[in-house]
Amino acid sequence: MNKFDLRLARPYAPQQFAMLNELDRDVQREALRLRVNGEDFEILVPVHKTLLEVLREDMGLTGTKHGCELGECGTCTVLVDGRPQLSCLLLPIQLGRSEVTTVEGLGGTAELTPLQQAFAELGAAQCGYCTPAMLLAATSLLRQEPKPARQRIREALAGNLCRCTGYVKIVEAVELAAERTSHG
Amino acid sequence: MADRQQLKVVGRPLPRVDAAAKVTGVAVYADDLHLPRMLHCRILRSPHPHARIVSVDATAARRIPGVKAVLTGQDLPIRFGILPVSQDERALESEKVRYVGDPVAAVAAVEEEIAEAALRSIRVEYGLLQPVMSIEEALQEPPDEPIHDRAYTRQPANLHRRVNYEFGDLEAGFAAADHVREDVFFFQGNTHLPMEQHSAVATYVDGRLTLWSSTQVVHYVHRALAKVLELPMNRVRVIGAVHGGGFGGKTDPFSHEIVVARLAMVTGRPVKCTLTREEVFYAHRGRHPVLMWVKTGVTRGGRITAQHWRTALDGGAYGSYGAASVFYTGTLQTVTYDIPAYKFEGARVFTNKAPCGPKRGHGTPQPRFALELHLEKIALDLGLDPVELKRQNFVKPFTRSVNWLRVTSCGLEECTEKVIAASGYRRRERRPGRGMGFAVSAYMSGAGTAIYWNDMPHSEVNLKVDRTGVTAFCGAMEIGQGSDSVLALVIAEELGIGPGEVRLTTADTDLTPVDLGSYSSRVTFMAGNAALEAARRMRLLLVEAVAEKTGVRGDLSEIEVGDGRVGDFSFEEACELATARFGALSSTGSYTPPRMGGPFKGSGVGPSPAYSYSACVLVLEADARTGLVRVERVWIAHDVGRAINPLLVAGQVEGSVYMGLGEALMEEQAYRKGRHMWPSMLEYKSPTFVDMPEVETFIVETIDPEGPYGAKEAGQGPLLPVIPALNAALHDALGIWIDEVPVTPEKVLRALEAKSKGQAPRHGPKGFPAVDYGPPIRVEPPDPHDLRVGEELEAAFREAEGRRLC
Repeated sequence: MNKFDLRLARPYAPQQFAMLNELDRDVQREALRLRVNGEDFEILVPVHKTLLEVLREDMGLTGTKHGCELGECGTCTVLVDGRPQLSCLLLPIQLGRSEVTTVEGLGGTAELTPLQQAFAELGAAQCGYCTPAMLLAATSLLRQEPKPARQRIREALAGNLCRCTGYVKIVEAVELAAERTSHG
Repeated sequence: MADRQQLKVVGRPLPRVDAAAKVTGVAVYADDLHLPRMLHCRILRSPHPHARIVSVDATAARRIPGVKAVLTGQDLPIRFGILPVSQDERALESEKVRYVGDPVAAVAAVEEEIAEAALRSIRVEYGLLQPVMSIEEALQEPPDEPIHDRAYTRQPANLHRRVNYEFGDLEAGFAAADHVREDVFFFQGNTHLPMEQHSAVATYVDGRLTLWSSTQVVHYVHRALAKVLELPMNRVRVIGAVHGGGFGGKTDPFSHEIVVARLAMVTGRPVKCTLTREEVFYAHRGRHPVLMWVKTGVTRGGRITAQHWRTALDGGAYGSYGAASVFYTGTLQTVTYDIPAYKFEGARVFTNKAPCGPKRGHGTPQPRFALELHLEKIALDLGLDPVELKRQNFVKPFTRSVNWLRVTSCGLEECTEKVIAASGYRRRERRPGRGMGFAVSAYMSGAGTAIYWNDMPHSEVNLKVDRTGVTAFCGAMEIGQGSDSVLALVIAEELGIGPGEVRLTTADTDLTPVDLGSYSSRVTFMAGNAALEAARRMRLLLVEAVAEKTGVRGDLSEIEVGDGRVGDFSFEEACELATARFGALSSTGSYTPPRMGGPFKGSGVGPSPAYSYSACVLVLEADARTGLVRVERVWIAHDVGRAINPLLVAGQVEGSVYMGLGEALMEEQAYRKGRHMWPSMLEYKSPTFVDMPEVETFIVETIDPEGPYGAKEAGQGPLLPVIPALNAALHDALGIWIDEVPVTPEKVLRALEAKSKGQAPRHGPKGFPAVDYGPPIRVEPPDPHDLRVGEELEAAFREAEGRRLC
C-alpha cells in the first residue's frame, strides 16, 4: 500500500499539523484509507471534512474544482466507483473501499483520453474551470452508453453548469469521442 | 494585407494553446495555489442594506488561537474604484455600509474555519438607515440620508450621474414623421455567475507585494493596490492566475484583493481569500436593471426621422463602471441604425444593492432589447415587415453616425441575409404557440479611451527571440476567451512558425508590458495589433540578417518567411544569424486607438476603432396554458471582421447566445426586504444542457481595415440580438408583448390574461418616472462621410473652433 506521507511526498501539509485549540477540541479525527486514481492512501482528517476538501487541500489534487460547495453546480464532480458524484457533498468516511477517480486519474498530457482529446480539439474548454467535472461525467456516460444520442448526452450532463461554451462544443466533443471510440 | 490563401495559421480552426492544461486539470487557478505557511482570510460583511457603523470591536477575534491578524476599516481608509471619477469604495468600510455584503472586517488565520469562527466573534454595532431599493425610491429625496455624500455625488436625491445630449434637430425630425410611437421597457439586473469563485493570494517579501488573482484586469488591480496600500507601483506585482470565467464580473479591483495584500504585509505570511458563492453574488458588478422610455418618428415607409431615449439605471451601492454604463445605454443605438436626429437622456441612481457594473455587452443589451422590440411594434403599426423596416434603416459601412461614432467595416446586411435565409423566416410556419423573431446588434472592438485618461498605448507587446526560441510578453489576460491563442497565432503567422512554438508570458505586471485587460472586447483588436507590430519588427530583423548572409540587397521581400524557414535558412538558423548580427534580439509593438469621438464633453464613451455586427433569428414554442417558453433553435451570424481562429470565434458566439438566453428567460438579480432573493446557484436559475437549443453559427468576415488581419471582436456582440429576438418570437407565437426581461412564465400568463380581457396584450412597466436630466448638451451632427480620426480630426476641431471664435 502506498502510504500518503505528506512530509515526504509534497509541500502540502495543512491538516497533518492541524493546530489544536479550543475550536478543535471537539473535532473528531479519523484515520481513513482512501483509494484515489488507482492508488491507496492513508489519511487522518476531521470527520466533517468533505471529499472535495481532502482531495484539494490534503492530497494536492487541485484538478477537482468547486463552484458553490453546496451541491448546486456540478463543478466538483468526481467518479465514485465509476459513477459521477459531487465531492463537495461527500465525506471520505462514507466511501469505505470505493474507488475515487479525479481528472488526474484520466489521461495525462502525454496521453489524453479520447474525451480529453475531443474537448481540446473542438474547443469544449474555454476558461476550463468546469472541464474536469464535465470530462468525468462524460467518461461515466460513455462507459455505460458508448454511443449516446444527443439528448441523452444533454440529460446525463445536465447537473454540470458551464458559463462559457453554451454547452454546444461540449456536446459535440462527447459525440466525437463516442464516435472515435466505437470505431476504434 | 495578406489574403486567406497566403495565411498559414490565421483563419484555421486550431485548438487553444492552453487546451492540454485545461483538459488534464493541471492548469493552476488562483484557489489552487498553496504556498508554505499560507494563511486563510475570511471577510466580515454587512447583514444590513444601509447602516452607519457605530463601532467595531475585534478584541475577542484577536484572542482566538490561530488568528494571526484582524483588519477593520481603520486599517484601509483610502478610497478606490475602477473609474477616477468614482473613487467611492473602501476595502473595509469604517463609516457606513451600503448593501448586504459590504465588507467591514477581515481575519487571517491558520485555517479557514478558524478565520470564519473569528468573524463570528467580531462585534459590530450598526445604526440602521432606511434602505433605498428601487429606481423610483432613489429618485426621491431620502428620508434620512443619501447613500453617498453629496460632496461626492453633487447630485440631488440618490442620483449618481446624469447625462443629456441632443444630436441634430430633434424637433424637425419628429415634425417630418408620419408616425410617432412611444414605448417603455424594463430590463432586470442579472449577474455573471462565473463558475470560478473570485480568489486572490498575496505574499509580501523583501518589501515587495505579489498578488495572484482571478482578475480580468491586472493593470487596474495594480493601480488600486498601489493607491490603497500607499506603495510605489514598482513594489507591487499582480499576476493573473489561470482564470475561471469573468464575463465582466472580475473587471473591478475588489476588496478581497486589497485585504489579502494588507494581511500579507501585516503578517509576513502568504494569505489567500476565496469568496464563497454567496459572496460572489454580492461582489456582483453585473447587469444594471434599466428602465427605458423610447420615442421614435418614422415616415410611412418606415424610415426613422428622429429618436429620443430616456434611461434610468439602478446602479446599486457603488460607482464601479457606472459613469460609463449610463452612456452605454444611449450611445450604440446609432451604430446599427441611421438616425438623423437623436436625443439621449440617461441617469444612474444609487440603491442599497450589490454594485452593478459591466456584464457582457456593458450597458448596451438593455437598450438593444428595447430598441429592437420598439421597431417591431412600429413595423406592426405601419403594416410593414419588421426585417425590411430595420433593413432600410441600417447604417452604411464607412459612415459617421449622428453622435459622431465612426463606423468602418459593417456586415449588418450580410449577417441579416444569412440568418433570414437559413431560418426560413419568410416561409415560417404560422400557428399559435410557435413563433420566430429577428434582431440585430453591434458592439465595440475595444473602447477608444482608457479607464483613466492618458496618451499611452492601450496594449504593448515585447517579443524576445534567442537561441532557445520565441517568447512573447503581454499584459493581456486570458480569461477563457482565447486571448493567449490570439497572441500566439498572430506572432506565429508573422514569423512563419507554428503557434505551439511561441512561448507566452501574459498578465504579470513585473514581466509584461501594459495591456489594459480583458474588458470591452478589446484584446483581439488591440493586443492583436500590438503583437502584429512586434512580430513584424522581429521578422524584419531575421530577414535582414539572412539577407546579409546571402548577399541579398535592396528588395528583401524575395526572402520568404514561412513553414519554419526564413529564406534558405531554418527559423533557428535565422535566429542565430540575427543574434550574431544584432546582439540580443527583442522587438516591441503597441496599439493606441486614434481619437475618434466628437467635439463635445462625454464623447469618449462609445467610439471604438471598429464595431462588430450580429443578426439573430430564433424559433420557439410557447405554451399558452403554462406560460413556458422553449427555444428550439437559434441562427446567429456574426461579423467578426476576420476569424483569427474560427473555432474560438464560434465558441464565443455560442457562449454569447447561451448567456443571452439565460438573461432572456430566467436570470434575475432580484431583491426582497433589502436582501438578494437567491444568492445561490440553485435558486438563481441559469440554463443547463437541457435548456440549450441547437445553435447554427455563421461567421461573416468583412476584413476590417484596422483590425489585425481584419479582425474585430466576438466575445460580447453576439449576446445582444438574442434577447429581443426571443421577445419578438414570443409575440409571433402568442400575440403578446413582454416588454420586460426576463420573460418568465408568470409574465407570459399575465399578458395572456390581459389579452383575453381585451386589454393591451402586454406585460411590462406602466410608465417612466419624472427625472430631471438637466439641460441638454446640443451637438451639431458630423458630415456622415467625414471619417477623419486622430490628429486630422483634432486639427479639424481646432479649425472649427477658430472659425467660431472669429
